[in-house]
Amino acid sequence: MSTKNWPLWEVFVRSKNGLEHRHCGSLHAADEDMALENARDVYTRRSEGVSIWVVESKHITASNPENNGEMFEPAHDKVYRHPTFYDLPDEVKHM
Amino acid sequence: MNQNLYNYILGIADNSLILGQRLGELTGHGPSLETDIACTNISLDFFGQVRSYYQYAAKIAGDKRTEDNIAMLRKEREYVNVLLVEQPNTNFAYTIARQFLFDVYHFLFLTELEKSKDLTLSAIATKSLKEVSYHQRFSTDWLKRLGDGTAESKEKMQEAINDLWTYTDELFHQTEADKAMVKDGIGVDVTALKEVYYKKVNEILEEATLEIPESKWFQKGGKQGIHTEHLGYLLSDLQYMQRTYPNMEW
Amino acid sequence: MSEEQIKSLEEQFEARIARDEKIEPKDWMPEKYRKTHIRQMSQHAHSEIVGMLPEGNWITRAPSLRRKVALLAKVQDEAGHGLYLYSATETLGISREEMYEQLHTGKAKYSSIFNYPTITWADMGAIGWLVDGAAIINQVPLCNTSYGPYARAMIRVCKEESFHQRQGYEIMIKLANGTPEQKEMAQDALNRWWWPSLMMLGPTDAESIHTEQSMKWKLKRKSNDDLRQQFIDQTVPQAELIGLTIPDTDLKWNEERGSYDFGEIDWDEFWQVVKGHGPMNKERMKARVNAWENGEWVRDAAMAHASKKQQRKEKQAV
Repeated sequence: MSTKNWPLWEVFVRSKNGLEHRHCGSLHAADEDMALENARDVYTRRSEGVSIWVVESKHITASNPENNGEMFEPAHDKVYRHPTFYDLPDEVKHM
Repeated sequence: MNQNLYNYILGIADNSLILGQRLGELTGHGPSLETDIACTNISLDFFGQVRSYYQYAAKIAGDKRTEDNIAMLRKEREYVNVLLVEQPNTNFAYTIARQFLFDVYHFLFLTELEKSKDLTLSAIATKSLKEVSYHQRFSTDWLKRLGDGTAESKEKMQEAINDLWTYTDELFHQTEADKAMVKDGIGVDVTALKEVYYKKVNEILEEATLEIPESKWFQKGGKQGIHTEHLGYLLSDLQYMQRTYPNMEW
Repeated sequence: MSEEQIKSLEEQFEARIARDEKIEPKDWMPEKYRKTHIRQMSQHAHSEIVGMLPEGNWITRAPSLRRKVALLAKVQDEAGHGLYLYSATETLGISREEMYEQLHTGKAKYSSIFNYPTITWADMGAIGWLVDGAAIINQVPLCNTSYGPYARAMIRVCKEESFHQRQGYEIMIKLANGTPEQKEMAQDALNRWWWPSLMMLGPTDAESIHTEQSMKWKLKRKSNDDLRQQFIDQTVPQAELIGLTIPDTDLKWNEERGSYDFGEIDWDEFWQVVKGHGPMNKERMKARVNAWENGEWVRDAAMAHASKKQQRKEKQAV
């Protein structure tokens, strides 16, 4: 009987240089080398990537949606962080 | 037609064909989904190589031959793959051992073939090298995992290496076509790869905490078309459609 | 939490879905939502994995190298799709191993169509054309389902699957335009796979127990009967185009409805197969269980090796 199952890993793929790595899914692997190889075989079969990151899922710390109010709502009314907050005469076309 | 060149290409391509076919048997039956997908990728790499080689061979033959009838309509004695690649998937340790023992050779071989005067062969080698470099990494990693894993896996891995060891020496035998092609600057002198091969294989076996088999008795014959009993069954699957429904398009 | 609080959470939850918002793994969700999703998503994943077997059966015997690589790549995609779907289901708090356990013990179901045998090469054509055709009809709406991980997995699946049906139909075209023997092989495959493909879209609406709730959660956008009609309407002309005959004497274009009328489906056969009495149920399960059990020592070895490697690393660091 198996004592331990292969842990879950999250896979991030950079589709081409100049773009960020994006989360594309997860997989199982016994160690980081295998995770990287599996990620290559599973998630880049159709030339989807030029670089891969893998991280064991348990190492990800995630915010809790229950705290979304205090986490994210305070930013909603800080409209002065956006360029549209500022009035400019129409003559100024680009700024 | 340059018969030596034709035979030489088959000598390379048949290995990829038979090993690709063996790996194809595993699709859907691997120890995990992830390994299943990986083994199928390797199989696909081999069939890609096979098609390039046979298409080139068909062009050299210049008659009605095609990649498919070269692959599927020869008689058993006309296949010239090494005995190693036709050995069955007894268990995952055998699959890995067979792959590893072939990959190390294949990589060394293609590195030399890349220097061939024959530009088509050289181009196929360049493309295949990247694939095979990955195969070697995959099989080496797995060899280490199984060799240096649990007591059970070590035993299984050692047994597989011991059993398949007897087929390794044949990789370095020269055929008539080999000799002619080496002379023309087209082929690879496989005898020169032997020392590096065993050095590398032995190093990795040690790293995998496995013993290097002592056996000095080796099987041969594949390159002359004298195969183990396993090949016949593999061919009856491979050739089934082409034999049952001759001269049709699919 | 009080009952009242739960009720208000549930109302907010349903409202979010109605507004087309996505639900993500850590969001609060009703237990029933979680369970229904685990059931449907794992069933979907199992179907991909069991679905590898009937086609895998022909990999070693594919008639040409071109067909062989296409089939290998297709069956491999199915492994990939199973993997995406298992991973998405894992976000709901169930492990892949638990899902396998449910499959192997018969607790979880998979698509009943894979319990039919693939006996000729033409079956590869029929499966790609009909079974994947029916699957696509089922799956495309799921790209927009309410559970984020499921929707994302489905987007990936649908994108990759676009070659599968073409692959199958191309095999059929070639056979239908080939020798009389080949054409007969194609017609025979169509005869055997047609009705199971119609059944694959699920029981009639009158008998379908989950439909209403599933519609609300966007696990379903159209009823089984509507999907079936859509499948028939799109497939009949494809058969005609290549000179094959749909094995249904009642099949007739209905001008008024703008759809085909079709004959009665043998639902008794469907339920028998679902209950485990199809021609291949036992073999399919045996193949899956064998793969899993024979692979156990391999998976264990990989874990043992990983922990040895980790220990060596830690020792070096000291």
